[in-house]
Amino acid sequence: MTSIVFSKVWKEYGDTVVLERIDLEIASRSFVALVGPSGCGKTTFLRMLLGDEVPTRGEILLDGQSLKPEPDSDRGVVFQKYSVFPHLTVLRNVMLGPEFEQSPLFGKLSSGAHYSARTDALALLDEVGLTGQENKYPAQLSGGMQQRLALAQALMRKPKILLLDEPFGALDPGIRADIHGLMRRIWNTCDLTVVMVTHDLSEAFRLATRVIAFERIRDRPEEQERFGATLSGDLQPIQGSTITRDIEIFPRRIAGALNDAVSAPAA
Amino acid sequence: MRAINIKPDMTMRIALACLPFLLLLLAYIVGSEARLADNPNDKLLPSFKSMGEALSQYALTADARTGLYLMWSDTAASLGRLLPALVISTAIALVLGVTVGMLPVAGATLGPVIAVLSMVPPLALLPILFIVMGLGEASKITLIVIGTALKLTRDLALRVQEIPREQMIKAQSLGASSWQIAKRIVIPQMLPRMIDAVRLEIGPAWLFLIAAEAITADSGLGYRIFLVRRYLSMDVIIPYVFWITLLAFLMDLALKVLQRKAFPWFAAARSI
Repeated sequence: MTSIVFSKVWKEYGDTVVLERIDLEIASRSFVALVGPSGCGKTTFLRMLLGDEVPTRGEILLDGQSLKPEPDSDRGVVFQKYSVFPHLTVLRNVMLGPEFEQSPLFGKLSSGAHYSARTDALALLDEVGLTGQENKYPAQLSGGMQQRLALAQALMRKPKILLLDEPFGALDPGIRADIHGLMRRIWNTCDLTVVMVTHDLSEAFRLATRVIAFERIRDRPEEQERFGATLSGDLQPIQGSTITRDIEIFPRRIAGALNDAVSAPAA
Repeated sequence: MRAINIKPDMTMRIALACLPFLLLLLAYIVGSEARLADNPNDKLLPSFKSMGEALSQYALTADARTGLYLMWSDTAASLGRLLPALVISTAIALVLGVTVGMLPVAGATLGPVIAVLSMVPPLALLPILFIVMGLGEASKITLIVIGTALKLTRDLALRVQEIPREQMIKAQSLGASSWQIAKRIVIPQMLPRMIDAVRLEIGPAWLFLIAAEAITADSGLGYRIFLVRRYLSMDVIIPYVFWITLLAFLMDLALKVLQRKAFPWFAAARSI
């Protein structure tokens, strides 16, 4: 059970306002997709949720508690790149979580703990379809496999929230479809709240229970300098709430891509 | 075909690599012959025969006074200074570089002072080292350490900061402490980069070693060539220089092989 609350959150860098007055509640176990044009602050939003950036004003609450100002094991993350450690084999990458947890000083496990961590890691690797790749280094894997590995590595530590920063953006369409299936299965089976940043609207609508669009509502250049993006509305396509107004602001990039997940708002 | 698209195959590559060496050798032989034809006692460009004789005397014949094979005892003395100094430098750089690179507070405290100190010309410190530490081995080793450790430290701190921010966040999200990140993420990725940095510092290390030996020592490769300089013994100096070059080259090669064998992931990870 992990609910996330953003309460009047602003983020500014010097004079530039990136995010403005974000009020948002994310229910436990939801799968939220953040969409919006480049530079609209969706990655900043995610980084604040990670604890890598701190809001200039306002507050972020996790289950009613103020969010810790640095990343921790409650919040797992997968980035588009550099999510796995190049000097560790696939198996070692996945076992890193339990090793950090159980061996604060040496980062090495006793033989019993090692065995159980290894068993868990192998099961998880099987789950994400990386059986047989255990002893390879990440550089020997394809982009899709690296992202599967990054997912397994993050899930191994059993985070309450999984944050995804354009995780599948660099993958080929076919591979992306496979990994979407995996992602949906993970979200269904693990006790997870997922927040995903994507620039791919079809991906957002295909995976998420809730799509949130960020945009800068002020268009004049001198205003853009001073006012940040804000939340333009919660889109809940599956429940069929009103969303057409927002769809117009974000032209879909892939025609007909929405058909399997939602049909109503595509018109 | 454009020049940029002409690629030599393996045989061609080896032949091309040998070519400049052969040309240098040829130039030396021609020059030496010409001078010796002019004056058989010329000392500047000795023949290979006289260098061979000098070499056999230094490497294969025990010295009448000390009973040592001078070239080998010189080599042992020099490497006995150079290698410990490089090990110490590497250790200092690893600890300081990782600390300065990882911890913003350490970077703010130590970064500027390391940047300034690394600009002090090490050879200018040599008199101070001799005064403070005496003329023995310690001052020579210290000179090499001062000359190489600070640059290695700065280089390593920069490499640490080149680790993608994503990796550092990912490690934290797996619950790692600063110490665990250093031990499992940063240091293992720095070791192969450290080898690169040390390879580049082998040249300066020899420079400082020979400078220190030239000024005061009773053995060592640098000591020997500066000693026989008084007698214009080019037949000793040239083989010694060649030997020093070969040693430095072999050290470089050994580190390169070590990097490839010990860190199989590195070549692929670097090319991304």
